[in-house]
Amino acid sequence: MQDETLTPAARPIRSRLASLRRHPLALPAALTVLVAVTPLFLASSYHYRIAALVLIFALACLGLNLLMGYAGQISLGHAGFMGIGAYAVAIGPAHLGLPSWLSLLAGAALSALVAFIVGRPILRLKRHYLAVATLGFGLLIAIVLTNEAEFTGGPDGMAVERMQLFGWTAKGTVTWYWISAITFLLGAKLALNLIDSPTGRALRAIHDGEVAASVLGVDVARKKLAAFVLAAVYASVAGSYLALFNGHITPDVAGFLRSIELVAMVVLGGMGSILGSLVGTAVLVVLPQTLTVLHDYEHMVLGLIIICIMIFLREGIVPTLAAALGARRS
Amino acid sequence: MAENLQFAFSGLTVGTVYALVALGFTLIYNASDVINFAQGEFVMLGGMTTVFLAMAGLPLPLAALAAIASTVVVGLALHRLAIEPARTANPIVLIMITIGASIFLRGLAQVVFDKRFHTLPPIFGSEPIRIGGAAILPQSLVVLAGAVVIVVLLWAFVDRTLFGKALIATSANRLAARLVGIDTRQIVGFSFAVSAAIGAAAGILITPITLTSFDVGTLLALKGFAAAMLGGIGSALGAVVGGLLLGLLEAFAAGYLSSQYKDAVAFLVILAVLFAMPQGLFGKTRVERV
Amino acid sequence: MWSWKMPVAGVCAGLAMLLAGGEAFAEIKIGSVLSVTGPASFLGDPEKKTLEMYVEAINAAGGVNGEMLELVVYDDAADPNAARTFATRLVEQDEVVAVVGGSTTGSTLAMAPVFEEAEIPFISLAGAIQIVEPVRQWVFKTPHTDTMACEKIFTDLKERDLTSVALISGTGGFGKSMHAQCKKVAPDHGITIVHEETYGPRDSDMTPQLTNIKNADGVQAVVNPGFGQGPAIVTRNYRQLGISLPLYQSHGVASKQFIELAGDAADGVRLPAAALLIADKLPDGDPQKPVVVSYKQTYEEKTGQDVSTFGGHAYDGLMILIEAAKRAGGFEPAKVRDEIEKTSGFVGTGGVVNMSPSDHLGLDLSAFRMLEIESGDWTLVE
Repeated sequence: MQDETLTPAARPIRSRLASLRRHPLALPAALTVLVAVTPLFLASSYHYRIAALVLIFALACLGLNLLMGYAGQISLGHAGFMGIGAYAVAIGPAHLGLPSWLSLLAGAALSALVAFIVGRPILRLKRHYLAVATLGFGLLIAIVLTNEAEFTGGPDGMAVERMQLFGWTAKGTVTWYWISAITFLLGAKLALNLIDSPTGRALRAIHDGEVAASVLGVDVARKKLAAFVLAAVYASVAGSYLALFNGHITPDVAGFLRSIELVAMVVLGGMGSILGSLVGTAVLVVLPQTLTVLHDYEHMVLGLIIICIMIFLREGIVPTLAAALGARRS
Repeated sequence: MAENLQFAFSGLTVGTVYALVALGFTLIYNASDVINFAQGEFVMLGGMTTVFLAMAGLPLPLAALAAIASTVVVGLALHRLAIEPARTANPIVLIMITIGASIFLRGLAQVVFDKRFHTLPPIFGSEPIRIGGAAILPQSLVVLAGAVVIVVLLWAFVDRTLFGKALIATSANRLAARLVGIDTRQIVGFSFAVSAAIGAAAGILITPITLTSFDVGTLLALKGFAAAMLGGIGSALGAVVGGLLLGLLEAFAAGYLSSQYKDAVAFLVILAVLFAMPQGLFGKTRVERV
Repeated sequence: MWSWKMPVAGVCAGLAMLLAGGEAFAEIKIGSVLSVTGPASFLGDPEKKTLEMYVEAINAAGGVNGEMLELVVYDDAADPNAARTFATRLVEQDEVVAVVGGSTTGSTLAMAPVFEEAEIPFISLAGAIQIVEPVRQWVFKTPHTDTMACEKIFTDLKERDLTSVALISGTGGFGKSMHAQCKKVAPDHGITIVHEETYGPRDSDMTPQLTNIKNADGVQAVVNPGFGQGPAIVTRNYRQLGISLPLYQSHGVASKQFIELAGDAADGVRLPAAALLIADKLPDGDPQKPVVVSYKQTYEEKTGQDVSTFGGHAYDGLMILIEAAKRAGGFEPAKVRDEIEKTSGFVGTGGVVNMSPSDHLGLDLSAFRMLEIESGDWTLVE
């Protein structure tokens, strides 16, 4: 429709641009440029910390978005997996003598295993029943982390050893920015590959209607479980990073409020949008930092902004804006 | 024996609190398919407004009525300003809006009221009633009676009035309800108002037992939601049974197993029930349309 | 309509400030991260009010060594991850010279490495002993430790010839930490812990746990480590069940609010607390009397709320810092740190503080008074 207003000479440029946007490497390339250029705007270690936090939480949201945006399943207990990952890198070195990187992998494997075991019965539940079951699962993990103080330090948490690789210690906000940036890019690429695979198409079919999908021959239970396990691994790695980055971890990382925050990040950014995971996370990490100037009115304004975004950009920030710009990309 | 009775009293006291919150969830869900996570804030507003109006010198009954009225206004505003503009959106978006609203209301309460804990005097004093070696506070019975009254009123209203029938119709099929001339928007708004009133009344009744503060709503919403789902969302009976069951589970788990893991035990039972009965105890099966 | 316009105006003003690229105050910046909202808001709220009130008063009186102070407070809502971000922000963005704050132990422990690395003195307002044991070079704290509270309670129990005790603790950071410390020091005082129960931070009925304590054999007294609304409910339930054993609360409930919330049930409850709570009842010769009376009056006048020892900890922290800065002749962090460590004979609301390189708290058991609640008011147990 808009093309008609363009001059004939402009039309090919526009369509070439559009085809460029649809190119499978367009989004990964754009994300790479984004994280590579961002440091030019980061003036202090505080800025780097915020940016690293955005990327770490965005990593968790990538996985959750596969589950919510593509497979159409909600999880209100996803921070539980962050908790497993976070405490794996805390407990592994402190109590079991494992190196941090191995603990991180072990945490991811444990999360995958737990997700695999609880996923099958939980994912049989629908809609709000699934929500309450995942919520309960997340609470169970948080309760264990709080109560088993001998291993976890209890509610006050425990110190986390710095990660060492070949004699090199991962510390400092700049280092962690790059570690989380590279991991996020890998995670995003992996997610994009998955979305474009037959599994991705099967997940979208489940999202549109489970009965219809199963009639079409999709093994619904299996595909949902795959998405759940993958989402758990993403969250676990993000949790490990958060713990290693902060050097101190408390059970809050696995709490109900953190789970809600993750869901909010995905929904605000846009379900089913890889870029949305990053944008939604950025909004919810940066916003509280800028709202501190409001002092007592901070929470009111945060609530209002969430409401407004959801009313006016109800598909999420990225999909709504993309649609408005006429560049639909799923 | 006496300790079993004591655990049961404890469970009933806490359980009725959950049941009242769960009822609020159920009503709004029935009318609009929305899970209203600001339900806990209605409870908070009821208690806190009463406390502050009473401190300002208003007689307690008047303060309570004013608190219910103002919470109803908040409920209507929530529907009109935040839910209604987005009513065609995905359910998860509506849930996010109610979460935003709960953050907003908590923020509002800490500015308008304060950040301290408050209590209200119990209606019939704090001298416990002793039965069979166990003790229960009169206020627990008041809360229980309040829950019964609210359930009966709701039932009578839904079953006996035209408006109530319209509510049932809306909950069964919104499009069909609109086709037969029901103003579904009005119905949904009304359900928010009634839920707010139930929440506020619950907040006033439970404050002498549980105490209140600006952020008391989060946990109540969480437990109330779990209770509503355990009972089967959409069923008023389910909400009450779910709430009482959750309270009793916690009390007996604390008494017999481990007080550290009582919440864990409660949620394990919920998970087990849902695995066996995916629609909760009294929920209706929904058929997915292809 | 005001409620709509104010935040919007605030956002605009905030954005304008950000765009203006930082303000050009030549003031000394003191940072603070407090749990003003969230589950520990009853700590952070009075702490924030106290700091703001006294920084204002200090500036009105001409500042410190002629320099004006600016207080930068962030609210971590008791989330240690947020606390750490704000700590980085205080160091990097605000360039504070010292930090007073950290309401909870979790937040304090999460922030401590940031200030250690930046070499900025940090006076925490949180309770647990891990904050100052082992000693961290730049980290100090003002509140009494949970270990001291246990010891004070056990000493009092010994004097009453009560040796078998039941613990009922909150599962929050404070209760959990004090529970562990009490178990640790009990044998040294000849106390046996015969029964243990816990409750969640937001629980509204503890009768099942108390029924178990009531039915347990040989319990002579009950100790309740915890803060927030939990101890008030424990106290009410205790009377509801008609348990007549002596009940001890911790220093975590040390504000008049506890008595209001627990009502008549609070009568006869004992607890270790700072002299601040009984400011008016202190004998005239008590060295703490002038300080606590003046703080109590100032706080209650300004806020219209009852004084709590939590706000008092913030007062002590700020004043220890200011005194150190006066002695150091300025706010150069390294010098201020050395002077804080040399604090001796400082009379605060929490007690008389004598710090040393091996003691970054500087309080001893004498800082605690054993109080008993009698007809709705504190009385000193002699």
